Amino acid sequence: MNHDTYPDDYIRGILNGVKVIAMVGASPSEIRPSFFAFKYLVQRGYDMIPVNPDHVGKSLMGRPFVASLADIGRPLDMVDIFRSSQHIMPVVDEALKLQPLPKVIWMQLGARDDAAAEKAEAAGLKVVMNRCPKIEYGRLSSEISWMGVNSRTISAKRAPIPTQGMRLSLNRTSVGGGATSAADRAAKDRSDPT
Amino acid sequence: MTERAPGFATLAIHAGAQPDPTTGARATPIYQTTSFVFNDADHAASLFGLQAFGNIYTRIGNPTNAVLEERVAALEGGTAALAVASGHAAQVVALQQLLSPGDEFIAARKLYGGSINQFTHSFKSFGWNVVWADTDDISSFEAAVSPRTKAIFIESIANPGGTITDIEAVAQVARKAGVPLIVDNTLASPYLIRPIDHGADIVLHSLTKFLGGHGNSIGGIIVDAGTFDWAGSGDKYPMLTQPRPEYHGIRIHETFGNFAFAIACRVLGLRDLGPALSPFNAFLILTGIETLPLRVQKHSDNAKAVAEYLSKHPAVASVSYAGLPEDKYHALARKYSPKGAGAVFTFSLKGGYDAGVKLVSNLKLFSHLANVGDTRSLVIHPASTTHSQLDDAAKIKAGAGPDIVRISVGIEDKEDLIADLEQALSA
Repeated sequence: MNHDTYPDDYIRGILNGVKVIAMVGASPSEIRPSFFAFKYLVQRGYDMIPVNPDHVGKSLMGRPFVASLADIGRPLDMVDIFRSSQHIMPVVDEALKLQPLPKVIWMQLGARDDAAAEKAEAAGLKVVMNRCPKIEYGRLSSEISWMGVNSRTISAKRAPIPTQGMRLSLNRTSVGGGATSAADRAAKDRSDPT
Repeated sequence: MTERAPGFATLAIHAGAQPDPTTGARATPIYQTTSFVFNDADHAASLFGLQAFGNIYTRIGNPTNAVLEERVAALEGGTAALAVASGHAAQVVALQQLLSPGDEFIAARKLYGGSINQFTHSFKSFGWNVVWADTDDISSFEAAVSPRTKAIFIESIANPGGTITDIEAVAQVARKAGVPLIVDNTLASPYLIRPIDHGADIVLHSLTKFLGGHGNSIGGIIVDAGTFDWAGSGDKYPMLTQPRPEYHGIRIHETFGNFAFAIACRVLGLRDLGPALSPFNAFLILTGIETLPLRVQKHSDNAKAVAEYLSKHPAVASVSYAGLPEDKYHALARKYSPKGAGAVFTFSLKGGYDAGVKLVSNLKLFSHLANVGDTRSLVIHPASTTHSQLDDAAKIKAGAGPDIVRISVGIEDKEDLIADLEQALSA
């Protein structure tokens, strides 16, 4: 997989296919991006599990924190990692010990570990790096258009009115290429040491 | 399903707009409302805390305006946009996210007269200091860079003379200085030039001009290219990188990734400064944008024909139009604006100031007014109007000397425009 830019169909397939998501590094602090994303994904109908050893005993949106992926005790579809790049590999190693294996490893906006990605892909998992599932879901459903964001999709079909807990259609016509080409190029320039 | 990128004309009609979820209305409805109800207290708190996508109050966002924002972002190749009440408001809101009192920004000397005025006088009261550079001398941009420089500002096609800026060369200076390049793309429109493809980080428009296109609505827009590395900029841009007390300490750049600048403009700039665009204006501008590719091509083709006519006329001393092969900026026009060099340009008359005044009053089809980018052909004498605040030396540097007449060529039949100029020049 080319991790500099993702085809919309790849992201769409993941977001349409997964149901149970463990968020590693989820925070109960209401100003953290992980809190925003966790809450949004709950509201869009995903079965979310917060993973953070520092907050065991608390819960997030009514879902109790667990200390580690191994403590979840039921099959996962996706591990969404809200940790910085240097903390990714141990989480991926832990995910690859799960039985059955999760289907997807997702690393949050700003996080990228190509070695960890390669390892997960070798085990048959799909990998997304340096993206936010909330932003991607909002973009592909065009819900994010309410913020003036370029969803890179168009549709001549009438959209449903989103309500809480409802999955939105992600099957709009893509303008192609995930984020815009200029933004992708800039992100790649930053990740390539020159 | 294979992904194909729709072309420019398809995006001009469809980007951002889909049939209304409630009624099925195909044209974008005008959501002429100040406010939007919340589902419950938690929904309200989520919206106010920037945790959920949605509408609160039309000063912060409006569904009609959002269609316009996504449309222009798509046409420019940006990640997001924010529509505001005017092009001037776009400049204030964009620069407010970048500059603190005592900071500087570098601007090309060839700019719309209103921008020169705003930068020189109004911004001084905010403690934002403009440092001028010469579009024709890239080293003057480099020389102007200081530790307090926070942005570089240019026009893609510069008002009033229709000169073309070497965007890529200026982008390199900005890159090296570690500051965003802001390009005012009003006179080109994204149909002729997409500055983001050439290294712009932020694109601004007066929507009043070619995008709206019909001379009926004032508006402005800020497009975020999603290219600038706020995370790597240290604490140079606190609005984007420091915890914001207005939002319980969130950091805009880490929450919103590659559209953080557009969000900062909305939730810190527009929310607090207040220059919101009327949804009715957004609707009129959107309707204009649907025909942007057709209109701008016709504008440019007509302008070229008129410029060729004027360049051969015995009463005309010179024509400044980059679409003419002998023009100083023709090579840059071919590189940046191959479909045409736009529709706004200047010429000077051998009879000087008096001949210019006489020409303006003799024209019957060209309207004498202070605007450009209307379907109608327009004419003005910049030295006594748009650039009147400048002294004579600054007028000449800005391309608006006393003998200069500016026209904005409309989409009427070009033969009628040439006939009108012919009678006015010989009267």
